[in-house]
Amino acid sequence: MSRTETPVAPTASTELTWPDPCETAGTVRLVAPDGTRLAQEALELSGHGLYAAASARVTPQELRAMYRDMALTRAFDREATSLQRQGELGLWPECRGQEAAQIGSAHALRERDHVFPSYREHGVAHVRGLPLHELLHLFRGTQHGGWDPTAHGFHLYTLVIGSHTLHATGYAMGVQRDGDVGTGTDRDRAVVAYFGDGATAQGDVNEALVFAATTNAPVVFFCQNNQWAISAPTTVQTTVPLVERGTGFGVPSVRVDGNDVLAVRAVTEAALERARAGGGPTFIEAVTYRMGAHTTSDDPTRYRERAEEEAWARRDPIERLAALLRAEGHADADFFAAVEADAAELTAGVRAYCRALTPPPASSMFEHVYADRHPLVEQESAWFQRYEAGFAAGDADADRAVAAR
Amino acid sequence: MTVTTAPAPTGTERLPLAKAINAGLRRALATDDRVMLMGEDIGRLGGVFRVTDGLQAEFGTQRVVDSPLAESGILGTAIGLAMAGYRPVVEIQFDGFVFPAFDQITTQLAKLRYRSKGLLEVPVVIRIPYGGNIGAIEHHSESPEALFAHTAGLRIVTPATSADAYAMIQQSIASPDPVIFLEPKSRYWDKGEVDLSGSGVDLGPDGWRSLHHARIVRPGADLTIAAYGPTVATALAAAQVAQQEGHDVEVVDLRSISPIDVDTLVESVERTTRLVVAHEAPMFFGPGAEIAAAVTERCFHHLEAPVLRVGGFHTPYPAAAVETEYLPSLDRILDAVDRALAY
Ligand SMILES: Cc1ncc(C[n+]2csc(CCOP(=O)(O)OP(=O)(O)O)c2C)c(N)n1
Repeated sequence: MSRTETPVAPTASTELTWPDPCETAGTVRLVAPDGTRLAQEALELSGHGLYAAASARVTPQELRAMYRDMALTRAFDREATSLQRQGELGLWPECRGQEAAQIGSAHALRERDHVFPSYREHGVAHVRGLPLHELLHLFRGTQHGGWDPTAHGFHLYTLVIGSHTLHATGYAMGVQRDGDVGTGTDRDRAVVAYFGDGATAQGDVNEALVFAATTNAPVVFFCQNNQWAISAPTTVQTTVPLVERGTGFGVPSVRVDGNDVLAVRAVTEAALERARAGGGPTFIEAVTYRMGAHTTSDDPTRYRERAEEEAWARRDPIERLAALLRAEGHADADFFAAVEADAAELTAGVRAYCRALTPPPASSMFEHVYADRHPLVEQESAWFQRYEAGFAAGDADADRAVAAR
Repeated sequence: MTVTTAPAPTGTERLPLAKAINAGLRRALATDDRVMLMGEDIGRLGGVFRVTDGLQAEFGTQRVVDSPLAESGILGTAIGLAMAGYRPVVEIQFDGFVFPAFDQITTQLAKLRYRSKGLLEVPVVIRIPYGGNIGAIEHHSESPEALFAHTAGLRIVTPATSADAYAMIQQSIASPDPVIFLEPKSRYWDKGEVDLSGSGVDLGPDGWRSLHHARIVRPGADLTIAAYGPTVATALAAAQVAQQEGHDVEVVDLRSISPIDVDTLVESVERTTRLVVAHEAPMFFGPGAEIAAAVTERCFHHLEAPVLRVGGFHTPYPAAAVETEYLPSLDRILDAVDRALAY
């Protein structure tokens, strides 16, 4: 074996445009990148007629609501990114580019459904009714969570890749045991786990698919294939289309254009309905793109091409829906101006909230470690309070160390 | 070993700790074709901390491998590669993400030599950026060394300086045993002199013999502080403050957590009669507890004070806003020094 074998292939591609992975047969797409709906006949032929029929029933009002949610999410995301740049947040994982995948799927949820997100699902949080600023505690470093997971059926963000897909499956097994599936009433509910293309390589995600398939749990695996896991393209995780992962486990699977909010909504709705009706799990691969960096600590220029980013920018999910709204006469300039005004108001509030977030008292670190009395934590907490009090009281010994720094 | 034809770097350079590891990895890759690196984002990106920066461009994608996002997979395949004669050096992106691989490390990697009566060799090195103080979100600041130290069959080491980082990474790769190489991420950017002409395999910097020897980095007469990794610099700063107050504090850099060089500690404590152990890991069942017990057993009659520990509390690593209060700061170390001297 020689050291010089297999040098790194240059990233630069001679292609001027990146192929659109959603043009492959089998991928559900209802609205073209230019905002025009695809013809019903063609969709019937490709077997996607039912999705088209369902989305034809989506009212102009909901279309506008989805646009608004996407636009607000993007504005919030942009604001959080600049707050990080200004040193107000430790880190921020941007969701820019993934708004259709998130808003479309979240719009298919019902109140009693539960969501298990990873760490980038800001749009889903918003649709679930979580005030977006509550997401900031975690990234400002004032708390590890920051919101009530049960209040909106939106669980805490999970940073260990893939772990929560098992929690979602277990929760769904609980829902099933409670008899909250297949009753044909409002009681029926389902669970969604959001994760990335990189996560599909984790053992936990594969085990979640095994459990879900064999228990017929009412869970939807919603994979946002945004093409990259930090610097690793999807081809590092799989050699087959990701959607085939689900099938191999016996979980029915669908590939959808993740930048087509109507298609995502239709596909997720069908999967959720199947789950609620007792039909079991579904795996959805939403093909989308992370337009920004992985997080604010990342430098995508090290591993990806500008031309790729530009090709995806032309498939921008928000512009696609705006074009549709305009073309079908559902929205005028006033509507867009109003959304913009709402976005400005939201971001101003977020900025003020973020800046006002102060560190909790240090003694709070001893809270909530256990529910029951734990003498060790009590001892350490008491020691810490005495130690802190030494500083507060102007204790000469303690102050001197501070002064010496 | 294949002798490289590429010119070996020579001379002494002032390098940040991360770059010193990079230089050590480069040298190991260049001198032994069996050495290979695996991990998430270590190729083109150079790892999230850029520790492997430029190595894939230099050695190719077969030697520096971007792994799928699966830690159990990374460790499990590294074990197989090691059995096939390779010397895999894997990178775990952050301390909190080693746990998906915990099973492979503790039930397989640590035990294969023992189970095969020495017939199988699994010289895997696991590099883990560890410790806090960088204002990160959860799972990015932990010190899990005790969890591994409790498992026989694993060596656990951690450099505190650039020179040690350069030498110890090469010693770890050369070791026939599995080594967990903990990288103090808060010190990645601290610079120090590194002699790049030595390989560091046979002889560490300043004549340091082997991977598991502790080193007295600051001699003193009144009290010993034992520390490792990120805490060594804090201990040295504390010793300096104590000096201004007339206390002559010795600082020992343990360098290795499994095994622990108890002899060096005993030798030190017999002279200074007092010991404070400082580390970021939680104190409860932590390395400090082991050190206190081992030293007390051997130095009972020399000790003027109980061995005191400064470390993390029995809480999950807290949110960044309060992490400085959790960590063994200069003040907390000095507080322990005061308490020990007051006996
Ligand atoms: C178990 C584990 N290993 C490594 C990491 C570090 N890490 C954070 S995000 C990430 C990439 C995730 O990619 P993907 O699953 O595609 O999701 P995306 O970030 O693209 O939404 C990695 C490697 C982690 N958080 N957890």
